[in-house]
Amino acid sequence: MICLKRSAPSRHLWKEGLISSICTLVSRVVGAMKSQASHPRTFSRGLQTVTLIPGDGIGPEISTAVMKIFEAAKAPIQWEERNVTAIKGPGGKWMIPTEAKDSMDKSKIGLKGPLKTPIAAGHPSMNLLLRKTFDLYANVRPCVSIEGYKTPYTDVDLVTIRENTEGEYSGIEHVIVDGVVQSIKLITEEASQRIAEYAFEYARNNQRASVTAVHKANIMRMSDGLFLRKCREVAENFKDIKFTEMYLDTVCLNMVQDPTQFDVLVMPNLYGDILSDLCAGLIGGLGVTPSGNIGANGVAIFESVHGTAPDIAGKDLANPTALLLSAVMMLRHMGLHGQAKKIETACFDTIRDKKVLTKDLGGNSKCSEFTGEICRRVQDME
Amino acid sequence: MGDCALIKHAPPPAKYGGRHTVTLIPGDGIGPELLTHVRELFRFCCVPVDFEIVSIDSKSTSDDDMNNAITAIRRNGVALKGNIETNHNLPPSHISRNNILRTSLDLYANVIHCQTLPGVRTRHRDVDIIIIRENTEGEYSSLEHENVPGVVECLKIITRKKSLRIAEYAFNAARQNGRRRVTAVHKANIMKLGDGLFLQCCKEVAAGYPEITFDSMIVDNTTMQLVSKPQQFDVMVMPNLYGSVISNVCAGLVGGPGLVPGANYGKDYAVFETATRNTGKSIANKNIANPTATLLASCLMLDHLRLHGYASMIRKAILATVSETRLHTADLGGQGTTSEVVQSVMREIESKGPRTSEQI
Repeated sequence: MICLKRSAPSRHLWKEGLISSICTLVSRVVGAMKSQASHPRTFSRGLQTVTLIPGDGIGPEISTAVMKIFEAAKAPIQWEERNVTAIKGPGGKWMIPTEAKDSMDKSKIGLKGPLKTPIAAGHPSMNLLLRKTFDLYANVRPCVSIEGYKTPYTDVDLVTIRENTEGEYSGIEHVIVDGVVQSIKLITEEASQRIAEYAFEYARNNQRASVTAVHKANIMRMSDGLFLRKCREVAENFKDIKFTEMYLDTVCLNMVQDPTQFDVLVMPNLYGDILSDLCAGLIGGLGVTPSGNIGANGVAIFESVHGTAPDIAGKDLANPTALLLSAVMMLRHMGLHGQAKKIETACFDTIRDKKVLTKDLGGNSKCSEFTGEICRRVQDME
Repeated sequence: MGDCALIKHAPPPAKYGGRHTVTLIPGDGIGPELLTHVRELFRFCCVPVDFEIVSIDSKSTSDDDMNNAITAIRRNGVALKGNIETNHNLPPSHISRNNILRTSLDLYANVIHCQTLPGVRTRHRDVDIIIIRENTEGEYSSLEHENVPGVVECLKIITRKKSLRIAEYAFNAARQNGRRRVTAVHKANIMKLGDGLFLQCCKEVAAGYPEITFDSMIVDNTTMQLVSKPQQFDVMVMPNLYGSVISNVCAGLVGGPGLVPGANYGKDYAVFETATRNTGKSIANKNIANPTATLLASCLMLDHLRLHGYASMIRKAILATVSETRLHTADLGGQGTTSEVVQSVMREIESKGPRTSEQI
């Protein structure tokens, strides 16, 4: 479960432990009520291991930035760096390296930088492999306007929850006859139920008031109809959350006029892909948007969703905000709300101040300077 | 805001002494009241168009009604319509009426011109995008089946023939309207065969239009770019579903569903409606709906019938009215009523003085 509760920043470390224990207790109670449990973890005051996948391009430098900031904040995280370049397994099937898989299976939490998509490497995209290996079925993107990074849209505060395993991205395509191609969109009862349950649980755990199912059942009656039906069924068990349905085109129309009317949105794969990027655009783009992927068996991988930016790689120009905010999301998922709030505040304050900003945010500081500024603020908060 | 991306082909022959007959489908929600205003306006302006009203709405259950409507449009060649509501809780055999109309008449190009209008306050300025959306295949093929209980497959069909056709339409329209750039919107990195074919067809057609720049963009990146820098887009061409998303995003950017007209063109027929195809059920019959989109759609229809004089006269009056903030309807943040807007348009036309038939 991810907790994005905006609790008051804890000023003393002992309070941090208390809050952490309370969250653990709450998560245990809530976890016991869930049918599909992500098993509650014991977050002691000891170090928690997280698998870190730096990625390609600017990946390594922004990962280093995040590690530095976490160190300055004295976050109880122990990083285990792993590489996920695909290797061919015994059956001839492509898979991620065993060390990476073992690390993730043990730690259950991962933080990932951008991975480049190989063109002619012969193996599928790494993101796809990770998704399949850990059954990462839910992609969660909270989109909150960043004060200090101005866009035409203010007061955006919504969350897109996208089904990430089936739908239009099933990869099943055929050439029927020359010049006629058929792509298959797959919707199953099981996956629809799973994502709907996750969305409502997320809403409940994060004090969100409503969940909106986004669909096109007027045209795709059976497939989106099934998705919608499952959402309605799950909504019956969450009477404390308001449930609405809206056509995809209406959501798009209303989103660009007044995004404040939306809270939590749940939808199948393709609509989720489009809408989550649309919402990222509202708050300033992929360079400042966090993202989390929830898998079966309690696995969660948080990632930055921007590209590898090979043109600025290694030049100390990258903006680590997206990866940092994803790491903050990760801390909240682990119940470390105090730490999360501290780091997030330091990051937002730095951006709001506008004195030390990377180029994409409108400044001309280096990545290391931006990171240093955030570290300084975090340490001042002690 | 002139002719919107038309392939010039001969309009249906005028019958009975220079008057055209146009099929009118009121539809559901705000359709009937807004189209009544159109008739009122046309009568006021003495437009030589007679409307043949065909009532197809969510209450019509038999296929006969649908067939009659299609026959009427075939006979007249041109239609003006409101949106017909689809009850998506009915079984899959009940296909969307709007969809049936589009596919039966092979209205393969949905053309929407989104332009920032003076007097309408929006977050983005200087937006001027023409969207050309393939209207008959893709995800809207209505081919679904449940092979195994709990597992539904929905087929998205992309054909070379229709992709070439819509690409040809887009480039031709760009050329005829002096536009410099056509962007194909797709998701070929994931749907390699389907959208890959679409993209390939666009590239082939682009080769025949060297003066026009052709590029492509993945749909999720496109939506992101649209909300941050929409001014970069000129003409956009895309398959059906992405067309729905992009046209709604662009309509929202320039002021909402009440302002943008849309056109559906086929080889032999043309049907005009609002761009975002909303029924507006919640605001129906309250005299608060914004008639601008419907009125502008009727102007597109007049242009199609080569009644350019009437079209520009009415269009000018509509744009003058829209720039009057005190007349803005609720969707634009005002408190004006539908009838006030229509009255204002008529007053605007009247103030320009009487016209002779040579002037029109």
